[in-house]
Parts: sequence; structure tokens; C-alpha cells
Amino acid sequence: MKNIFLFIRQYFNLISFLLLQVLSILLLTSASKTHETFFAGATNEVTGKINSRYSNLRSYFSLQETNRLLALENAALRNALPANFQIPDSSFINAKDSSLTDSLGRVRKYTFLPAKVIGNTYTLQNNYLTLERGSLQGIKKGMSVVGPSGIVGVVVESTDNISKVMSLLHRNSKVSAMLKKDNAAGSIEWDGTDPHYLILKNVSKSSKIIKGDSVVTSNYSANFPSNLLIGTVASIIADPSSNFYTLKVRTATNFFTIQYVDVIGNSRYNEQLNIENSGKNQ
Amino acid sequence: MSTLIKNILRFILFIGIQVFILNQIPPLHQFVVPYLYFLFILWLPFNLPRFPLLVIAFAFGLSLDYFTGTMGLHAAPCVLIAYVKPFLLNLLIPQETTEQSYIEPSLSSMGWAPYSLYVALLTFIHHFYLVLLEWLQFGDFVYFLGKVTATTAISLLLIFVTEMLFSRNAKFRTNQ
Repeated sequence: MKNIFLFIRQYFNLISFLLLQVLSILLLTSASKTHETFFAGATNEVTGKINSRYSNLRSYFSLQETNRLLALENAALRNALPANFQIPDSSFINAKDSSLTDSLGRVRKYTFLPAKVIGNTYTLQNNYLTLERGSLQGIKKGMSVVGPSGIVGVVVESTDNISKVMSLLHRNSKVSAMLKKDNAAGSIEWDGTDPHYLILKNVSKSSKIIKGDSVVTSNYSANFPSNLLIGTVASIIADPSSNFYTLKVRTATNFFTIQYVDVIGNSRYNEQLNIENSGKNQ
Repeated sequence: MSTLIKNILRFILFIGIQVFILNQIPPLHQFVVPYLYFLFILWLPFNLPRFPLLVIAFAFGLSLDYFTGTMGLHAAPCVLIAYVKPFLLNLLIPQETTEQSYIEPSLSSMGWAPYSLYVALLTFIHHFYLVLLEWLQFGDFVYFLGKVTATTAISLLLIFVTEMLFSRNAKFRTNQ
């Protein structure tokens, strides 16, 4: 017993060094997977407050650009207003259905919640945005986030007043996408190199792609509404060994200046996920 | 100003500068990320015992992690350089004279050549470990090599500029 104490005393610094290292590695691995670390919730609110002060200050410098983008988005929205509604595929509506219906009997599927961006990184390999709107204001995990000019990411964590968004510029980010021209589906990822470009994988070689084609969200995504702009094709890489193209896509969203976003809730998100995952357990 | 208050102010300033200025710079290239914050650890006083040094470095790295949302990614390299720092100082400077007569490492207290070596080595170790942690998660060897060299070069440039701008005149320790 005495020897153990002597050992600890002698190598106290080395042991404390190793312990701190192990602690940080544990934090790192658990944080990148579950986003539910021991005290992340509490400190999110603290750093969130500091971030929101700072972004208040910074927002003055880009008021003009933000105004222009918001005006553009307003114009686009006025044109596309009925697109937020969906005609149900059945001939009658269940009276117990609690989702909102309008006078024509269409069911509201997507709800748009505006939020202010108070924290944003784009220099790391795993980038997140912080929004000043949390679960008390209707944000839930899994909601999708769009900016004035294109999609931004997916909500991964929300505390009472702050929520954290996995940006498209994240190594684990994956969004189902399609070409606007011929609806050829693929998936949007990021290779961690250049924040201006995303990678669109698994597009079949049968589709005729040219540079500048628009890439939009597909119909298959549970959290994103379809036909939201992701970006435009910047270059085409044909892999001779497979039947698929890999495309470099220039992001529509400018991640460096993003100020305001909309968080989109799908009222049938859980329903869709449940039925998609139901076969996997059997 | 007492050493304690000075270092608390530095803690806040370095985190602030890293989060609100350096991390906001649009990247010129995928490899170039300007890091300056760890200079705080290099500037900690000579006579700080080993254990508090490790704990301070851990807290410092973790508080940067709270802002970037990557728990532990910066804390681990900070603890590593805090652990290596005393060994390196023992090797680089004549102990009896310098550590007893000066408060903290600087150009004038250690001399030009030992101080540059000290900064360059610790910067390299920090970036090597930081990028290694990123690399283990994703795996791309060219990315690893390129980013270590590029970020080390940029950091050394930043530290050099900082030393030029805020020349700290070496304070002698007094017996108070």
C-alpha cells in the first residue's frame, strides 16, 4: 500500500497529465457522436450569450448585404407561397388529425421558424452554427435549416433558448439531393477541404450534366422540403471504374456572412422516420 | 500589475482574439488556419508548479472548445504542451540564473535563439497533436502533413508579429 502511494507521489505529474489527456479524448469522442456531453447544455447558454452580444456588434457591418438577401428571399417567397402546402394523397381527412388545415382542406406539412445566427465556424473539419432560438421556441432535434439563398444544415441539439446546427460543412453531414434538371438523385457531403464547395456523390452517369446545373434537395429527405436550392455544379469528376459521377457543387449559401436563417419543422418527421426504420428492427 | 491579474486578463484576451477575430477570417486555403491562442501557455510564469500548469492549460483549451463546439479537441494539445514546457525550459536555459531572476519566458529573458527554439518546438508539437486528432477522425495523410506545416508556419508568423508589437520588457523578480 505504501508503495502505491509512493508511486503516485513520484509520478503525480505524469499521472495527472495522462488523466487530463484521457478526459479530453473522451470528451472529444463523445461530443462528436452524441452532442450530449456532461455539461454542454449549461455552457451552451453561457457562450451563447457572449456570442449573441458579439454577433449584435458584427451584424451592423453587413446590414446592407443582409437586407439585400432578405429582400430577394421575400420576393422569392411571394412567388412560391402555395408550395408550403401539400395536397394529401387520400380522398378524406381524418377528423382526429391535429395538424393545421386551411379552408381548402390542405394540410400544413412544413412550418418555417425564423432564427438569428449567433455563432458560426467554417475553418474546422466539423463546423456548427449556433442559433438564438431553442426548444422553448419550438426548435427540435432533426429540423432542417435554410438561409436566404440556400440550405444551411440540420439541428443536432437544442437547449431552452439556444440550438446547435450541424452545418453542411461537417464531415458527417449528409443531405439527399437531386439535379433540378432531370431529378437524378444523389447525396451531398463535404470532404473537409474548401468551404465554398460540396461534393455530390452517386449521380448516375445516364444523366446529362453540364456545369452550372442547379442542385436542389430531393423528395426523399425527411427533414428538408423538396426543391430547395443547395448549389450549382462547378465541376464534374467522372470515375471510370463506376457508373456514377462525383460532382463538385458550389454552395448557394455564403457560409461566411450568414446572419438570419429559417428553421423548418416537418409535422410528419417522426412518422416518416418511424416507418422508414420499422423494417430494420425485424 | 500583479502576475495573477495579468494572466487572467491574458486568458480572456487570447480566447477572445482566437474566437472572434482569428476564427472569423475566411480561409485563404484549406490548410491555413491561424492559431495564436496557445501563446498564453507559453507565456505562463517559470515558477508555476507542474500540476496547476496542467489544470490551467486544460481549462484554457476547454474554454476555447466551448466556443467552437468541439469538446476536447483543443484541450488535449494544450495539456500536452503544458506538460512538455518545463522539460524544454530545463534543457534550453541555464536554470540558476534565468529562472531565479525573471518571471516569464520572453525574448529578453531567455535570449533570442533559445526563445525562438522554445516557441517553434512547442508550436509544432501543439499543431502536430491537434491535426493528428482531426486526422484520426477522418484520415487523409496529405491533409495531415500539409496542415501541420502550414498552420505551424502561420502561427510562428503571428507569434513573431505579436512579439514585435507587444514587446514585453523582462521583469526581474523582486523579493516581495
